[in-house]
Amino acid sequence: MTVQSKLPLTAAETALVDQFGAQFGSLPGNAEMVKLRDRAIQAIKENGLPTRRVEAWHYTDLRRLLATVPANAPSGEAQDLERIVDGTARLVLRNGQVATMDSVEQLTVGSMSDALRADVSGVSLNDHGIHDATGLINSAFVTDGFVIHVESGAKIAKPVELQSLHDGGQVHVRNSVTIGEGASVTFFDRHAGSDAEVLETAVTELKLRKGAEALWVTIQETGDAATHLSQMNVTLEEDAKLTLFVVNLSGKVVRQEINGDVIGEGADLTFRAVNLIGDATHCDITLSLGHLVPNTTSTETVRNVVTGKAQGVFQGQISVDRIAQKTDAQMACNTLLLSDDAGFSTKPELEIFADDVVCAHGATVTEIDQDHLFYLMARGISEKIARGLLIKAFVTEIVEELEDEALIEALEARINRWLEVHA
Amino acid sequence: MLEIKNLHARIAEDGTEIIKGLNLSVKAGEVAAIMGPNGSGKSTLSYILAGRDDYEVTEGEILYNGENILEMDPAERAAAGIFLAFQYPMEIPGVATMQFLKVAMNEQRKARGEDELTTPDFIRLVKEAAGSLEISMEMLKRPLNVGFSGGEKKRAEILQMKLLEPKLCVLDETDSGLDIDALKIVSDGVNSLRSPDRATIVITHYQRLLDYIVPDTVHVLSKGRIVKSGDKSLAHELEANGYADIINEAA
Repeated sequence: MTVQSKLPLTAAETALVDQFGAQFGSLPGNAEMVKLRDRAIQAIKENGLPTRRVEAWHYTDLRRLLATVPANAPSGEAQDLERIVDGTARLVLRNGQVATMDSVEQLTVGSMSDALRADVSGVSLNDHGIHDATGLINSAFVTDGFVIHVESGAKIAKPVELQSLHDGGQVHVRNSVTIGEGASVTFFDRHAGSDAEVLETAVTELKLRKGAEALWVTIQETGDAATHLSQMNVTLEEDAKLTLFVVNLSGKVVRQEINGDVIGEGADLTFRAVNLIGDATHCDITLSLGHLVPNTTSTETVRNVVTGKAQGVFQGQISVDRIAQKTDAQMACNTLLLSDDAGFSTKPELEIFADDVVCAHGATVTEIDQDHLFYLMARGISEKIARGLLIKAFVTEIVEELEDEALIEALEARINRWLEVHA
Repeated sequence: MLEIKNLHARIAEDGTEIIKGLNLSVKAGEVAAIMGPNGSGKSTLSYILAGRDDYEVTEGEILYNGENILEMDPAERAAAGIFLAFQYPMEIPGVATMQFLKVAMNEQRKARGEDELTTPDFIRLVKEAAGSLEISMEMLKRPLNVGFSGGEKKRAEILQMKLLEPKLCVLDETDSGLDIDALKIVSDGVNSLRSPDRATIVITHYQRLLDYIVPDTVHVLSKGRIVKSGDKSLAHELEANGYADIINEAA
């Protein structure tokens, strides 16, 4: 624990505390939840938002980056997005309220607000301690989300498309997803909205039971003025396989935390991220993965393209427990810097207590290869298009791992649009 | 078609002068060979023609169809019809060869105000050109030049030349690293493009290539200048006697 000297609260911290006072009566939850909410805001009041002196937030001084918060009122009606690929079942939250709930065979969906009012086991408002700003703000202010159970043995062909949409203000959503034994399913987790100022916190508890398989694709397009703080808490039981694919395309301050506990032998986590970071965006992905039992694997590959004055961060921590023999964990972070003012901080961390493991981490930071650029131009390809081809080449390798043609096309279209504007 | 007048050029980074008053004239329909010892500036000349900004031109002009190309960037020069077949073609992982070919062909067409190719037409053209160079469609599915042998890379350069139909072809030591069979295939490819409205500059170290791509003129490049010009018999003379005599003669 880091000791912080007691500073007066910032405008943002004061606003959050005051907001809680005004709101708590109308936030969903039974008596136990009210207590947890109160405890969360109390932690913020006593400790403030984390500064760079808190190790987990060293490269993302949230106290400074979130100096003010927008008022908790949207500018307008958020609009449902068109499906990202055909045939998905949409579960939509608009400005933090459940709006659309398509039904899916062998999938039970309930609202988080109902679950908080009742006494649903496995659903709570927990956090990771006094410096867990995302967890704390979310616990204090969450309005709704989805509680999803995928039945054991179900092979869900239809992808489930979660949408959290905003039109400014504040959005606090929480999802709890449990994938039953031997089930398989694909989730798209989309965060999008207008360019109005917004503070979004989004916490997801994702549990894969024995032999479950899931593809989870997070697509963050929250707009130029968004502060997007998200947290995924993942548990993988025996032989569970999760592919977690994250694409960041916008936002002003973005922090995505992924906490994974691999607790069953034979489990595998495949984590891929493509971060397109431009203008004055600050984008931080912080991964903390625990291999807690023997014979599990994980691979993490993060590709970043940074331009303008943007700053990116990747903190990748892999912990291997003393008993977790035969762990195989491979982590790589590759960054392309396209402008003189763009920057990227990469901090890989391996904490290994077992002695028969394979763990590797690597990081590269490069510019566009001038020889490659000349070659493409010497074939008549203009500089702008040539740079685009080379940048796309850098991220395409990761995107094409997804296999689903329609999804790849949808993501490549977004990447192309980003490149037109930024590169 | 190409007139190089009193060209002086140096390496941009450290100012070392490489081209020291080069004059060269190549007509449409002509195949001109440029030979010379290592370090004479052969590759530098080809890069300067293509527009590489590692080199700075300090004096002189390069007129292509009467227009000074020194103000044009590499993409503009390519669209104007200049093609450099690289001595060491780049491997570019992540850029699919077919996609690269399509973008290059269509970008050049756009720059010239022509219609873009439809996908079926494009594939047909590629298949035709690739077949004659013994390049399989499988190879073209791979990222650009990745995993190609030296000979395959050179053949891929000639494939690009066939598809882009340039007016001025500059072949930079295309024969380096090629065995006889590859040499024949590449030479056939180059020869098939010979035409009255196309000029080819063949930069080579060895006379052997010139048995297959028979030049109309041969120029000797030494210390950044053309020191002697002649017809194809000059190449045989160099083969027999080496560069020393001719260079001393010029000094």
